[in-house]
Amino acid sequence: MVTANMNNNKLPIDIRQANSADSTAIVALDAEITGTDKSAYWADILNRFAGLPDRKHRYFLVATSADGDLAGFIVGEIRAWEFGSPPCGWVLALSVAPRHRQRGIGALLLEALCSRLKQAEVTTIRTMVLRSDKVNLSFFRGEGLAAGPYIELEKRLD
Amino acid sequence: MKLQKASRYALYAVLHLASEPDKQCSTAEIAEEYDISIHHLAKVMRTLVRCGLIESVRGVGGGYRFAGNVRRSTLWDVIHEFESLEPDINTPDNLSDTAEIVISGLDSVNSEIDGLIRATLDSITLKTLLRYGVENLGRLRNSTQGQDRSS
Repeated sequence: MVTANMNNNKLPIDIRQANSADSTAIVALDAEITGTDKSAYWADILNRFAGLPDRKHRYFLVATSADGDLAGFIVGEIRAWEFGSPPCGWVLALSVAPRHRQRGIGALLLEALCSRLKQAEVTTIRTMVLRSDKVNLSFFRGEGLAAGPYIELEKRLD
Repeated sequence: MKLQKASRYALYAVLHLASEPDKQCSTAEIAEEYDISIHHLAKVMRTLVRCGLIESVRGVGGGYRFAGNVRRSTLWDVIHEFESLEPDINTPDNLSDTAEIVISGLDSVNSEIDGLIRATLDSITLKTLLRYGVENLGRLRNSTQGQDRSS
């Protein structure tokens, strides 16, 4: 159990591995933030990333408040040797419910993921964020991430 | 994109004031600290007041005080009044097909670079920048001390 800060009041937050019972709350939180219901997508991610011992190098963590409300979640994995990159922790998703923001929950989730990645002897984390997504970009910058040696390139295929 | 002089002055002033939000400083003090033109800085300060990033404090010991939000205001918020991300390649009339291809290609690269610069500046809050400064200075000082010990 860790504590999140709300108006200088410390509130208990539990960070644990996600499981299939979290599915509905995760889909609802994501839909609340993105405006799109992605039930099938999250079912697949939970199936591939959550809570089983053989999900080595894949992490799906949730933050819940004392009353069990889903405050946020983070998804990450270790990838290796993509275009020569040594093993590196990727943050694939990070969401904090609007009602739980400004309490440091995103930082707690990232810290929990980084701690697991360090245990797996990973020394770098990496993520990819939409250029116009100021909230997430500023958050990751504030947590010490900066432009790295790789550049994202893409091309429209239509 | 090369930062305008006014942008650099604006960043010096806002970051200086944001580093000690309870303190006020005069234009002359900031100009002296960073060794820059007081007249040019005075114009920049007026623009920053208009943008709501700083406020003027009247009376004895008056000057300027930070009025933004260090956790929300970004470097782009500070400089956007002084910068333009318009392409700086002048396109003459009556271009040949070859010249049009060359200029169009350069415009496209320029626009990609400007987009990256804008995104970078807009993702770094004043608080983060000040932290980068503290960390970078710490690293530099440690490495200097290490060199001193080994020599």
